[in-house]
Amino acid sequence: MIGLEHYLTVAATLFVIGIFGIFLNRKNVIILLMSIELMLLAVNINLVAFSAYLADLTGQVFTLFVLTVAAAEAAIGLAILVCFFRNRGTIDVEDVNVMKG
Amino acid sequence: MQPGDLSVILPEIVLSVYAMGALLIGVYTTKDKMAPLILWITAALFVASAFWIGAQGGGTDTAFGGMFVDDAFARFAKITILLSAAAILVMSEGYMTRRDLLRFEYPILIALAAVGMMMMVSAGDLIALYMGLELQSLSLYVVASLRRDSVKSTEAGLKYFVLGALSSGLLLYGASLVYGFTGTTAFAGIIEAAQGETSLGLLFGLAFVLAGLAFKVSAAPFHMWTPDVYEGSPTPVTAFFATAPKVAAMGLFARVVHDAFGGVVGDWQQILAFLSVASMFLGAVAAIGQTNIKRLMAYSSIAHMGYALMGLAAGSAFGVQAMLVYMAIYVTMNIGTFAFILAMEKDGQPVVEIAALSQYSSRDPLKALALLVLLFSLAGVPPLVGFFGKYYVLLAAVEAGLVWLAVAGVIASVIGAFYYLRIVYLMYFGAEESELDQGASPVLWGALVGSAAIMVLGVANLFGIEAAATAAAATLVN
Repeated sequence: MIGLEHYLTVAATLFVIGIFGIFLNRKNVIILLMSIELMLLAVNINLVAFSAYLADLTGQVFTLFVLTVAAAEAAIGLAILVCFFRNRGTIDVEDVNVMKG
Repeated sequence: MQPGDLSVILPEIVLSVYAMGALLIGVYTTKDKMAPLILWITAALFVASAFWIGAQGGGTDTAFGGMFVDDAFARFAKITILLSAAAILVMSEGYMTRRDLLRFEYPILIALAAVGMMMMVSAGDLIALYMGLELQSLSLYVVASLRRDSVKSTEAGLKYFVLGALSSGLLLYGASLVYGFTGTTAFAGIIEAAQGETSLGLLFGLAFVLAGLAFKVSAAPFHMWTPDVYEGSPTPVTAFFATAPKVAAMGLFARVVHDAFGGVVGDWQQILAFLSVASMFLGAVAAIGQTNIKRLMAYSSIAHMGYALMGLAAGSAFGVQAMLVYMAIYVTMNIGTFAFILAMEKDGQPVVEIAALSQYSSRDPLKALALLVLLFSLAGVPPLVGFFGKYYVLLAAVEAGLVWLAVAGVIASVIGAFYYLRIVYLMYFGAEESELDQGASPVLWGALVGSAAIMVLGVANLFGIEAAATAAAATLVN
């Protein structure tokens, strides 16, 4: 029987993979965008699992909002990335360093 | 939906409909030739909305089943947000026109960000909180990279986007845990469920939500993006980042901890106290070595957020009042200081090096004096208004029994005074002659001198914001 804990464990694992993807990735900014998406999807699993467990629809409504915002966020992220690529000619994370910090 | 719901959010509706209409007009007509007109209309609409919100009665209205709350606290924050956003818009017009940056998207994006910020401070539900926060953040990511042909500006936008999205993810994960362990996303339901002993899951959720919010207010240790984004963005955008979004994020912070987690003050008080101490010291120490005035203002804002969080960490109505007063004063000081930074030019090119201010007082004594007043006020030197902001938050911390926090705040403010005074020293006793251009546009001059005058004249009664802040805090904490 697959219970709430299993879903929460999967979501937590995905979320942690997403965070590590952002901090450990030294290669490519696209991977950062994928990691962000992974984090948001992990949250969605959480919300739907809780929603089913509590027999309460609010969580699923929340999920729909998160999905919509995630799409908008990806669009804006890619647009900024395209502008950056035009100026810099590269999308390596290590080259995002004109300013220190 | 109740029939009265729409009238509660009418200011937000008007602003969003205006933003979408202006977008259509901008796209279908002469594009950037319309930009100054749209900018002035947006600023006028901000001011009109601020007065409209201020003229509304003193009651508390909720709409959409408690998702949207319109109370004295929200109105105080909204008026501060709208007025500061209008001031920054008007100040940026000259700078952006001269550098060919004034695209018609700019005022529209600021208007959308303002709608998001108004949603944030009125949120009564985790979903409303998230939507408001994202509307604000997504608009700000774009304005940060407004100078599309500059490596620095796009890099600032990219960094802001990645770290902002990370913080939204943290906040959202916390929100999902809070929903799971309380069974509701409404603040009114969460505060009923979160009383006394909190479960481990709820505590995790609270920690994640606070971490996400700390990113948005740029409190240490979640401040990494601030200096780079401030340095890379065009200066008017930096000025905007340093004012209205900070008020909105602090307002949201106060709403979450009091409206949703007001029953478990002990659980978040320690987290906020830690964030506050870390921000105050990091802001004070890291600013010392800066040579770029925009980076310096970034660290200065981190330190100021530390003080505002100290008021919040007190966990009392007086603490919220102190935080609101502090934010209103902070925004006024920053508008004046950024008016000066926007006017820093050499042969028509913007200058951001602090060294360029050397001996500035002999070239333009009045502006130098105004900046001196503002910097003293930022440092918290009595008897200027900035001192009273710090005094209130320290008093709130002491009354709440957080004496160690207040002592740390005093020590940090002494360290922080060093870098403000270094600029004053350079202006008056620098070795070389300043090469900055003299004079400034009347708008910038007015903002600079007006803000400095407020810092001196406000000593009498703080222009009555104290009473408004007391009423605002009373509706939030009970």
